[in-house]
Amino acid sequence: MNAEDPSAAPRRTRVVLGEAAARRRPTDRTRSDLAEQTPVGEALVKGLMRAQLALALRLALVVVTALGALPLLFAVAPGVAAVKVFGVHLPWVLLGVLSFPFLIGVGWAYVRWAERNEQDFIALIRRPEQ
Amino acid sequence: MNPYLVPSLIVVILVTVGIGVYGLRFARTTSDFLVASRSVSPSWNAAAISGEYLSAASFLGVAGLILRYGVDVLWYPVGFAAGYLALLLFVAAPLRRSGAFTLPDFCEVRLGSPLLRRLASVFVVFIGCLYLVPQLQGAGLTFTTVTGGSYAWGALLVGVVVTANVALGGMRAITFVQAFQYWLKLTALAVPVIFLALQWQSDGRPLVTPEAGATFPIATTVTIEQDATVDGVPVEEGQQLSFAAGDPVPVVSTVDANFGADWLLPGGDGTLFATYSLILATFLGTMGLPHVLVRFYTNPDGASARRTTLVVLGLVGTFYLLPTLYGVLGRIYTPQLLMTGRTDAVVLLLPEAALGAGHLGRLLGALVTAGALAAFLSTSSGLLTSVAGVVFTDVLRVGRSGSIRDFRLATVLAASVPVMLSLYVSNMDVSRVVGLAFAVAASSFCPLLVLGIWWRRLTDVGAIAGVLAGGGASMAAVLITVLGPPLDGWPADAIGQPAAWTVPLAFLVMIAGSLLTSRRVPHDIGATMLRLHAPESLRV
Repeated sequence: MNAEDPSAAPRRTRVVLGEAAARRRPTDRTRSDLAEQTPVGEALVKGLMRAQLALALRLALVVVTALGALPLLFAVAPGVAAVKVFGVHLPWVLLGVLSFPFLIGVGWAYVRWAERNEQDFIALIRRPEQ
Repeated sequence: MNPYLVPSLIVVILVTVGIGVYGLRFARTTSDFLVASRSVSPSWNAAAISGEYLSAASFLGVAGLILRYGVDVLWYPVGFAAGYLALLLFVAAPLRRSGAFTLPDFCEVRLGSPLLRRLASVFVVFIGCLYLVPQLQGAGLTFTTVTGGSYAWGALLVGVVVTANVALGGMRAITFVQAFQYWLKLTALAVPVIFLALQWQSDGRPLVTPEAGATFPIATTVTIEQDATVDGVPVEEGQQLSFAAGDPVPVVSTVDANFGADWLLPGGDGTLFATYSLILATFLGTMGLPHVLVRFYTNPDGASARRTTLVVLGLVGTFYLLPTLYGVLGRIYTPQLLMTGRTDAVVLLLPEAALGAGHLGRLLGALVTAGALAAFLSTSSGLLTSVAGVVFTDVLRVGRSGSIRDFRLATVLAASVPVMLSLYVSNMDVSRVVGLAFAVAASSFCPLLVLGIWWRRLTDVGAIAGVLAGGGASMAAVLITVLGPPLDGWPADAIGQPAAWTVPLAFLVMIAGSLLTSRRVPHDIGATMLRLHAPESLRV
């Protein structure tokens, strides 16, 4: 359409883009490692998965040992179940009240740590090449 | 009949339909209908998930079980809440990042197997129906208990309201309806419990398990439901027994319940196997419930899916503090339920029984009934949306671009079977069937999700074999429990609470099958794992 004005503008645009691309280069290389499934990219994802899975398993173990041991404990040592706290038998307090804040606390810790793992991962990908 | 009852029920139905219609103004595309255009904030979404999750089994069933069996069944509420922790730890964020809307979608994304997808659809529909039928039954039973009307009308009424709401408003409307219903359910249990506790104080804190056995707080007439013996004396169905205030509560031979130390202390007559099986089913079953998973797609990204789940854990945990109190106070104020066996009605009857038939008692009675109605409406709406979603995409095969009319057709199709079933099968035990649905979900979808998300070497053949073995075995156990003859000894435990052996079986078969067919590992597994686990901000 108007053939007279764009002679300077595209050239200027091209320079800006080129600079931006050059600045982002290290990021892009790691990113394309991820996208193209190079051994480096695969190792990075495996590392993240391992960290997240280890975190989940550790917290699951905490819950399983804390809650899962209760039926066995009450069966092996019936005396524990007869203990009273504020006039209420211990199993009622543990299961009916305290188990819920405990579960929420574990969940809260998980969300915090899982997000930190992800931030570490992002920092690793975005880190400028040294 | 309670004069406040009808107005309060009408208000709940009107508000539900009203919010549904209000939501309809925003629901224009199929994407709006199915997944609320992914624009729901975590707190709304969490309230909606909780509102959807707290079913008749939670609102009525848990209190009824505690009234009947005591401390041993506290594992039900603990497990129902802990299921969300397992979901949070192993599934929430990666599932959202997979972009899968339903479980069959996840099978497609992860393993690309049409056969597995079809198998998963079968299980979604089975679990959905297994969960939907008792909701409608609960509605029918509540209707009978509270109004004296017929069971079929109650079930049909809730069935029609839910179908209309899902077909007209879809998920966008449902999200707001569900969120409203969570807060309604919480209020409906929390407000009466304050008055109940004050009444208990002013009555001089009567003991829950007196040394001499329970007594009637006021003069009571009990109608026997089945031929039985009462303290050794035979009685007939329909016979009325009258008791004065302070009379001891007799034991009816046909009603299974725990008394004294059996009720108060763990161990009772439940075996350790049954307890651990229940723990396993509820901890791992939640992640496999179709209506729960569908909700995660409405989160904008993986991190918000995680935060939503944490809020759900908080909301659900808060709610589950309350049914225990109803079960315990029911021991004092409604001991006649232990003679009739209708313990599921304790939440509905307790306010009037404890506070008297004055205005306060009746008003609170109407409030809990409205909460119960909200429980049936919300869970059945959520289940119906997810079953209809699967019927829409996998049975009608119209794809995500199908028209809203097709979705409405799918909804009516998906609703008709459970509504018919609930009319003809009225004697199944509500809370037990819901527990079995958890067992099936835990032994089919839980291994599929956990291994699919965290184990690269899972293959389609291994997954199919595992779902068939674990899910099939638990499905068979469900059918035997519901339809078969009563069992004794160890088979009763192994069939009645199958999760303890079907869940490990599913995991083992899935792992062994995958290792044997290791050549079938999808070639794009690296890209899939990247998509599941890398934060969205790194998407290229």
